[in-house]
Amino acid sequence: MADSSPTPLLEVQNLTRRFPGVVALGGVSLKLARGEVISVIGENGAGKSTLMKILAGVQTPNSGQILLDGRPVTIDSVPAAEALGIALIHQELNLCDNLDVATNIFLGREPRRCGLIDKRKTYNASVPLLQKVGLDCSPRELVRNLPLGRQQLVEIAKALSVGARVLIMDEPTSSLSQHETDQLYRVVKELRATGVSVIYISHRLGEVKELSDRVVVLRDGQNAGELQRDEINHDAMVRLMIGRDISRLYQRPSHPAGAPALEVRGLRTPVHPRHELNFTVHAGEIVGLAGLVGAGRTELLRVLFGIDRARGGTVRVAGQEVRLHSPIDAIRAGLALVPEDRKQQGLILEMAVRHNLSLASLRRDARSGFLDRAKEGAITGEMIAALRIKTPNDRQLALYLSGGNQQKIVLGKWLALKPRLLLLDEPTRGIDVGAKQEIYRLMEELAGQGVAILFVSSEMEEILRMSDRALVMHEGGLSGEVPRGQLSEEAIMQLATGAGKH
Amino acid sequence: MKRILGITGLLIVVCVFTAIKKPEFLSAYNLQNTIRWSSLFGIVSIGVAFVIITGGIDLSIGSTIGLTGCLLAWALTQKHWGIGASLALVLGCSVLIGLTHGLLITKMKLQPFVVTLCGLLIYRGAARFITNDQSVGFGSDFKGLSKLADGKIPLPFTDAFTLPAPFVTMLVVAIAAAIFLNQTIYGRYLLALGRNETAARYSGINTDRMVILAYVICSVLGGVGGILFSLDLNSLQPSGLGEGYELYAIAAAVLGGCSLRGGEGTILGVLIGAAVLRVLNNAIQLLGIPSQLEYVIIGLVILAGVVVDEIVKRVAARRRAARESAGAGA
Repeated sequence: MADSSPTPLLEVQNLTRRFPGVVALGGVSLKLARGEVISVIGENGAGKSTLMKILAGVQTPNSGQILLDGRPVTIDSVPAAEALGIALIHQELNLCDNLDVATNIFLGREPRRCGLIDKRKTYNASVPLLQKVGLDCSPRELVRNLPLGRQQLVEIAKALSVGARVLIMDEPTSSLSQHETDQLYRVVKELRATGVSVIYISHRLGEVKELSDRVVVLRDGQNAGELQRDEINHDAMVRLMIGRDISRLYQRPSHPAGAPALEVRGLRTPVHPRHELNFTVHAGEIVGLAGLVGAGRTELLRVLFGIDRARGGTVRVAGQEVRLHSPIDAIRAGLALVPEDRKQQGLILEMAVRHNLSLASLRRDARSGFLDRAKEGAITGEMIAALRIKTPNDRQLALYLSGGNQQKIVLGKWLALKPRLLLLDEPTRGIDVGAKQEIYRLMEELAGQGVAILFVSSEMEEILRMSDRALVMHEGGLSGEVPRGQLSEEAIMQLATGAGKH
Repeated sequence: MKRILGITGLLIVVCVFTAIKKPEFLSAYNLQNTIRWSSLFGIVSIGVAFVIITGGIDLSIGSTIGLTGCLLAWALTQKHWGIGASLALVLGCSVLIGLTHGLLITKMKLQPFVVTLCGLLIYRGAARFITNDQSVGFGSDFKGLSKLADGKIPLPFTDAFTLPAPFVTMLVVAIAAAIFLNQTIYGRYLLALGRNETAARYSGINTDRMVILAYVICSVLGGVGGILFSLDLNSLQPSGLGEGYELYAIAAAVLGGCSLRGGEGTILGVLIGAAVLRVLNNAIQLLGIPSQLEYVIIGLVILAGVVVDEIVKRVAARRRAARESAGAGA
């Protein structure tokens, strides 16, 4: 496994990088041996992305040194990084999905003959690369037709084709299914065996534990500590990341559920019309909706919020049967949705924090169609304070806020309407540990006030920690329900993988 | 705000330059004409701006002007309808056009460019068909109605200069449009959906209805423009009335700070943009520049405006970054 030769493949010494108003990196050091997989973890804003961007040539440091094979190198552009064998696999993939696999791998470096692209050579050369990353598709397959997880493998093959020795992976599993994630693990392990070094960045500590030879923890732009293979465990990582202990597997105190807030009977979603869904969520109850990616959880929330039409069945909110043909119907019934994709569906990034926060409540607060700016300001101020949204002022564009604060804006937009039932789709995806805790606190506060909460999460910990009860979906249907006394990872995984069926 | 200052500066420079070279520019006759035509184009440009703010485009507006203008003359002089009925026909027709565009774009999910390009062809053809491609006019029978276009409103303290009636119409339309855009929830909805339609819909905004509304506003203002342009010209060529005006209107909106990506734009900016185009046209005539060069000059001015705007933005961003990093380093 880890090469123990004295000269590390990559060494970073005392790297600093300042941005307007913040010191993103204040003297970070890092060593990476040949064939070693290290994870760099830390809260958002800890400096992980900046460090990776510097290594990949996207940004340049203010001071510090980078050594490759013991020799100082300058990485001032992405091509420079690639020439040195350092490649970054972005969180969002950079592929042209209208082109085929081989063309993507050799994009910009196409094998040529007489000035024209040598197609045959392109396809032939891509075959061994695809084998290396365990991708068993034709090099002529359009990238568009591949599921996300396999597209990622194409990206890795592309990195290998430029002779990458250091592969930096930024949250590679954030939108992968369990199966795809497992395949990615295998590829990473195989690459390690062939001497490729990997720097792995993830918020998912389970993955970090599974893959890493060593974990490097950053906090506030500085090294917060390191964990060797046998020291890697969840608590130790969290402790180093936040610099303090957090309560261990906390479960929220039990409390009596109120009247039914949402009753779903025989509901069929357009994506999985063969399954009839039946369940109830009570006032003041937090219900986790667990399942593997693609199990139909988001689709269910979309139908409940009126974005997609149900194929059949009834929905009652607080005892009243409601027609849900548009988000407007759902909002009128007292529903609110914090959607999966915060940037595309939750926020208007180029609008001010203030205008985002008031967007849903404008209609209620308007006087015969005219804006009530005083009320808008009051509500905005109230939400910024209540949710502790960190923004210089309410005129700041939502674009410039961190993920956690953006998510709080989406939540605040709905809380201004005082919803009866809150639907949350992956409420803490991609946000840092601190902001996560705050979202959890808010969920509990709201439940305490009698709001019913139905939340989708792919993070087992979150389901276990927050749910009064978990509903589990499998391939479009509800495969079971786990009451609070029996909440455990095993119980949920059994149902999520269909093992609990019949 | 910077954008409006910049384009106002441009307007002043062109005016001053022309006035120095050709004092006739400042004559009451010339100023009144320029103001009248700037107002007419201003009204139409405001309509197009609403559509552009939703992230759409309306290429049919020139043909809409042609059709509505011809319809008005046809109804009054050939069908001998009353003035009220004729105006109702024209405005009703405009509403219908806007509604059709809006429904095709939102419910059928067709691209605005395609829908309104077809509109451009259809309305022009319809105008030529109903008039048999013969020029139509109002003659001298509709003095009262024509006041809408050529009426003169006396100003206090001066007898030499009067305010053209379309200026007042433009002012009313502009104030109403500015209030709608900035003071009502619907204006906010338009700006929001222009930036991100999905997020707007997920926030409980009936985005389809708002987009349809924008196209109706655009066509109705096009219809108002058609009425005023035709009354102003009196004698109309069905194949020529309003031809190419959609490009002036889009140009005025862009010059005035609307982004074709949507979600951005001010009514004042659009009006000044329309004025710049008319003053340029006027200057070209007065200065004896070959009129064939008009499009060249207008094209260059718009291009220069957009380039300067981009440069100013970049310089400002760089300065801000430099200032802040200096502050952080200290």
